[in-house]
Amino acid sequence: MSKEVFAIPNVPTPSMPVTFDPEICNGCNHCVEVCPIDVYIPHPQKGKPPIILHAEECWYCGCCATDCPRPGAIRFNWPLQARPYWKNKKTGETHQL
Amino acid sequence: MTTWHEFLNEEGHPPSWPYPIRFGEERVVDTDVLVIGGGIAGCWAAIGAARQGLRVALVEKGDTVRSGSGGPGCDHWCNAPANPLSRVTPDGWAEHMASRPYSNGIGIQIQCREDFDTLLEMEQMGGKIRDTENEYAGAEGRDDKTKFMISPRYGTIHSYLPDPRMGEPGFNPPETRNNVVIRVWGSTFKPALKKECRRLGVQIFDRVMGTSLLTEDGLQGGRVVGATGLDSRTGEFLVFQSRATILATAGAGSLWLMSMELCGYSNMHSRAISGDGTVMAWRAGAALTKMESTGMIMIATGHKHKWYSGAGDASYENVPLVDARGRRLPYPIQGWEDAGAMVPAPGVEAAVRQKILKGEYELPFYGDFPAMAEVERRATWNLMLGEESTTRIMIDTFSAAGFDINRDLLQSYKFIEGQSLPQWRDAGYGGGVLVDWNLKTTLDGLYAAGTQMFAPEDHSYAAATGRYAGRKAAAYAREAEAGKISREQVEAEKARVYAPVKRSGGLEWKELHAGIARAMQYYMSEFKTEPLFKMGLDALAKLETEAVPRLFALDPHKLMRTLEDLSMLEYARIIIEASRARKASSVPLNFQRIDCPEQDPAEWNKFLTLRQQDGRVKLGELPLDFWGNMKEQYEAHNRDYTGVHREK
Ligand SMILES: Cc1cc2nc3c(=O)[nH]c(=O)nc-3n(C[C@H](O)[C@H](O)[C@H](O)COP(=O)(O)OP(=O)(O)OC[C@H]3O[C@@H](n4cnc5c(N)ncnc54)[C@H](O)[C@@H]3O)c2cc1C
Ligand code: SF4
Ligand code: SF4
Repeated sequence: MSKEVFAIPNVPTPSMPVTFDPEICNGCNHCVEVCPIDVYIPHPQKGKPPIILHAEECWYCGCCATDCPRPGAIRFNWPLQARPYWKNKKTGETHQL
Repeated sequence: MTTWHEFLNEEGHPPSWPYPIRFGEERVVDTDVLVIGGGIAGCWAAIGAARQGLRVALVEKGDTVRSGSGGPGCDHWCNAPANPLSRVTPDGWAEHMASRPYSNGIGIQIQCREDFDTLLEMEQMGGKIRDTENEYAGAEGRDDKTKFMISPRYGTIHSYLPDPRMGEPGFNPPETRNNVVIRVWGSTFKPALKKECRRLGVQIFDRVMGTSLLTEDGLQGGRVVGATGLDSRTGEFLVFQSRATILATAGAGSLWLMSMELCGYSNMHSRAISGDGTVMAWRAGAALTKMESTGMIMIATGHKHKWYSGAGDASYENVPLVDARGRRLPYPIQGWEDAGAMVPAPGVEAAVRQKILKGEYELPFYGDFPAMAEVERRATWNLMLGEESTTRIMIDTFSAAGFDINRDLLQSYKFIEGQSLPQWRDAGYGGGVLVDWNLKTTLDGLYAAGTQMFAPEDHSYAAATGRYAGRKAAAYAREAEAGKISREQVEAEKARVYAPVKRSGGLEWKELHAGIARAMQYYMSEFKTEPLFKMGLDALAKLETEAVPRLFALDPHKLMRTLEDLSMLEYARIIIEASRARKASSVPLNFQRIDCPEQDPAEWNKFLTLRQQDGRVKLGELPLDFWGNMKEQYEAHNRDYTGVHREK
């Protein structure tokens, strides 16, 4: 807990349209190129997952996650207010994503 | 470490801007045909022009591979009456589609004549348009010979609203359907288009925002001889010199609502769709029309639960709806039963509402996938969602979380979500650049295609009109002299573009966007009167004089967003000017004036056009069918049309 505490503005909402798995992602930056909005920038360290810079500008097109060449490297992450519900037709049990 | 804040915490400093900064530096590009906007229409325009052997430059704000509304995909190839399964003729169907008041008969005729050829060319490029793997054998609408999958959209008439005969015995049987809409695997399209552009030698400028058109001698109303652009990663300024220019930047998005915390841009489009092209045309002196028409926000990324916006609503596309106790509701939407209607029949929704209030239907409602025939269920989920624009991602995320279409009901947000406020509107339904039978605007050297034109339509419309505009602009460019760029005009634009980076504090783009939206909510929404319009213009003028000079942008990306705001500010003004000019109410234009309540009086059934001349608004008008006889005009302008492209 000795880390410096910065004075920084609030984190944008929503803040994380996707999550990366650094074990699978090889930092190819294909998602950076595909994103029509430039939500990401490449990580300064080669091989690392991109940095989510303009999170709240995402339009939820999903292209970054769909076009990633490495399955599991990037996961689409619905903001809390957009998570859908479903219900098991037989048991009536409901779920939310 | 993936977010900016995590980076800061780990590294102790924010990341540096990852691209070289080139503010103020200039690059000049000389080309025959310049296309601004690399979406569906823009890519097809570039391909159409490049096939004529000319040099083509394509300028796209994002990356052409997935940019634009059609970038992620497309599930319906609408209005292909020339397909072999169709039961209507292209000319007959075009007449029918254009009979909707205030539509664009020119674009519709081009679509109906040429979009099946366009689709076959899409297939040549690697786009998937047929069920070649027999995944959906036995699905309704699938043709075993051609392997085309006909969509439920449209029975015998266009059915944005339900066919009045709906519910009659024998309504919409397979043997009488017109078969004009085809289900496609549209997620394959955009990458294929980019690849084809590359193959044809189109010079692609990704991440470049077109900012203005250049006119001969810098005069408003003069021939368009090029354009300027801003690289949104480096801040470099680009000057394009062209013989012909095609605008394909689509319409405008969130002019009435800015609510990013609810995610997305509070409308159906991405932020890139900010009215730039329309405003560029306006500033250059081109005429626009139908700008007074607006729609309610029906679907919006994130903030409304609809399939289009990927938020998982089941009340769309062929799925039977049931209430919380499993009782079937009286409507599907866009199903075989209602012949593809996009909304329920009038009165039906009100009746359902009454039954909810009386407790006869219990909320929430669900899409009953398990009740569907197995192949229909798969076709709806895998094809209609999997290949639809923003919904492909649902399949992956929902499935990974355990959702099973064979077992589960997907919730619908109809009623529990409520309606949009009448103050939340969308400009995307109406206005745009006025064009003639060559898709030429009122300025020499300037063409427009897709949803950039007035009365926008769908994906195949954008594709077919883009391809057509490319052909026509190339024919013009072949004959035209190279124009002379006015240095003065370039310098003035440079000063406009870079003003916000000269300041390090003041007002950021988001606040201006929200300010514009609020002015539109107050003065240009449900309650339309001349005094309110005037107050709206004053409010926008105040933003111009007080807020715009304080705008600042810290990097090239934020500079692009700031310039988009400036487009939106001008676009808002044009909408109010157009609204003042229409002194009558109109149902098809969704335009209700309190001070001119008469609905669609005969003398007002006309297009109002407006353009700028010497900084003043010049109004004009055109008859509702100003394009003349569609078949004859099309044929007169296309004697040289050779159909599906064959490589020589
Ligand atoms: C979620 C969704 C689903 C849809 N599904 C279907 C469907 O299944 N079937 C169907 O027929 N239609 C569908 N549509 C509609 C269809 O996608 C559009 O009609 C079509 O994409 C319009 O094409 P366009 O070229 O006019 O605009 P777009 O494809 O949006 O292209 C406009 C391009 O211009 C670029 N641009 C904007 N400003 C500038 C600038 N200043 N400089 C440079 N570039 C700029 C943008 O980045 C964008 O790439 C859907 C739309 C959405 C949003
Ligand atoms: S998430 Fe995928 S596309 Fe993005 S950098 Fe990692 S491996 Fe490449
Ligand atoms: S979902 Fe679309 S807009 Fe959002 S980060 Fe991915 S590619 Fe970019």
